[in-house]
Amino acid sequence: MSGLLQPPAEPDVPQPVERVEHLGMTTGYLGATASAAVAVASRATPAAWRLLLRGPAFWVGAAILLFWVVCAIFGHLFAPYSPLAQNLLLPSAAPSGAHWFGTDPLGRDVLSRVITGSRDILIITPLATILGTILGTILGLAMGYFGGTFDLIAGRIVEAFLALPIVIIAFLFIVALGPSTGTLITVIGLVFTPLIARTVRSAAQVERQQDYVAASRLFGESPVRVMFGEILPNVMPAILVEFTVRLGYAIFTIATLSFLGFGITPPTPDWGADIYANYINLLPGYWWQTLFPALAIASLVIAVILIADSIEQVLAS
Amino acid sequence: MATFLLRRLGLMVITLWILSLIVFFAGQILPGDPARATLGNLAAPSAVKALDAELGVNRPLLTRYLSWIGGLLHGNLGTSYEFRTAVEPFVRAALINSIKLALLAFVIVVPLAIIGGVIAALYAGRGVDRIISVAGLALSTVPEFVSGVVLIVIFGVELKVLPVTASAGANASDFEQFRHLILPAIPLVLVLFGYIARMARAGTIEALNSDYTRTAILKGLPRRTVIRRHVLRNSLLPTITVIATQTGYLIGGLVVVETLFNYQGLGNLIFQAAVHKDFAMLEAGVLIIGVVYMLATLIADLLLTLLNPRLRLGGAE
Repeated sequence: MSGLLQPPAEPDVPQPVERVEHLGMTTGYLGATASAAVAVASRATPAAWRLLLRGPAFWVGAAILLFWVVCAIFGHLFAPYSPLAQNLLLPSAAPSGAHWFGTDPLGRDVLSRVITGSRDILIITPLATILGTILGTILGLAMGYFGGTFDLIAGRIVEAFLALPIVIIAFLFIVALGPSTGTLITVIGLVFTPLIARTVRSAAQVERQQDYVAASRLFGESPVRVMFGEILPNVMPAILVEFTVRLGYAIFTIATLSFLGFGITPPTPDWGADIYANYINLLPGYWWQTLFPALAIASLVIAVILIADSIEQVLAS
Repeated sequence: MATFLLRRLGLMVITLWILSLIVFFAGQILPGDPARATLGNLAAPSAVKALDAELGVNRPLLTRYLSWIGGLLHGNLGTSYEFRTAVEPFVRAALINSIKLALLAFVIVVPLAIIGGVIAALYAGRGVDRIISVAGLALSTVPEFVSGVVLIVIFGVELKVLPVTASAGANASDFEQFRHLILPAIPLVLVLFGYIARMARAGTIEALNSDYTRTAILKGLPRRTVIRRHVLRNSLLPTITVIATQTGYLIGGLVVVETLFNYQGLGNLIFQAAVHKDFAMLEAGVLIIGVVYMLATLIADLLLTLLNPRLRLGGAE
């Protein structure tokens, strides 16, 4: 949505797109949080955090997330089989007492692969999101603070990236760099940067009009100090909401890349890669090889979204 | 209005140019020699060299960019490395297939999501609202291949009521083709639903809190009339922009859905081109996506301007 990326309006020039800009503030590719985040900025008080602990949605989300974190760290200790152990006498066996989730075409235990498959995604997701949030915050603060030509140029580049589906940009870079955990973190961090920058930019633009910013500028503080010392603390709630929601979309992106074969490489257990390897077997009826990893991905993103939504509710209250 | 249009078109050209740079150079950093990839490992070095010369990939980068962009301006999308024929017929066929699938998804999701969002807004803060909002957000972060797998298991494998591949074959009737597209469209619908509903909800809440709604209520209009004539007319405008910006996402989703359901669309084309290192096809496909996305946002902005008198009059100055 290019209306968002217009330079700040000069007071004497009619700006027909200004209204569009306001209406379109929240539009864009998977970027649902901008207006909500801006609206809730600087309203939260420490006491409000206690509200978080009262919501059932938060506890459900936290419990599921904790379960997967335990699986990621200790999963190899309590998984019934080794996730890599093949049993060629028992290929594609249906769920039974010995193999609760059945086995895959190589006779590997699906339950064990689901349990241990949580590890890589849980390492990559937070690191990639943190990277994207830091870079996006710096870029967004600069765009919102300086405005003008810098904002216009950066805005064009951001929009050019937003015109492409994230998954496609990400796999272009991963094909170029070769899949590895480090590449995945970097690439997802980089493709999230423009999205987060856009949210931070609109929040920073609101703050820039405030008196405290003018005051600190009059004190002669450097732009960097004003941006990070004055504006940043005030847009933190917006960034926090953006961060938690992005965590959900990072899982979405990583799982999708794995599914397309650009993520975690076999034989390492991974939900997305396992679904890709076995979805052909859906037609003959071996549904357990894909359904259980699919449900695992769904439960993880839903957990993250429940937590993200609870935080947003607290900040908005 | 004319100034607005010119300005938007100008910005669009700049963004497209940046996009062409991104696409071209991202394509160039992909490792691997296209001639080697086409001819295979056993081909003689002289044959590889000859094909490199034929494809023009041994020329300097800048020369290649200029000849590529020059060709684009003349409507020539380039020559496929893999098939050694013009890219254009492939891209055209894939685009038409993708549009069919995307249209079906939009036709299902737009009314559903708007109704959902308006209901959520009318009961803002209550149970119905929380269910629609949280469920919508959660659904929009569950990857398409996850919901796709679940749908295939339920409707294709267990109930056997719907076909699990998207292509009905060349001689299939329109109805048969439509039946094959139902399952692939649903994952796209699920992801889009939460996003569009969220925007419709935000727009409706803003309209409900406005002065004109209060006036309408105070002058004694029935609630039903107020909502239909005053609230909905204003709240649905921003939703139009949102729907248009989702075309970018939609194509990313198409990569996954078209792979899972084995459908020859634009997403599948780009994915296959990346796997086979067919840069010419890849660049053309990605650029088409960018153009489609920008045209969609432009049309949405125009529509918004036409429907909203304040913007129309503002633009006439």
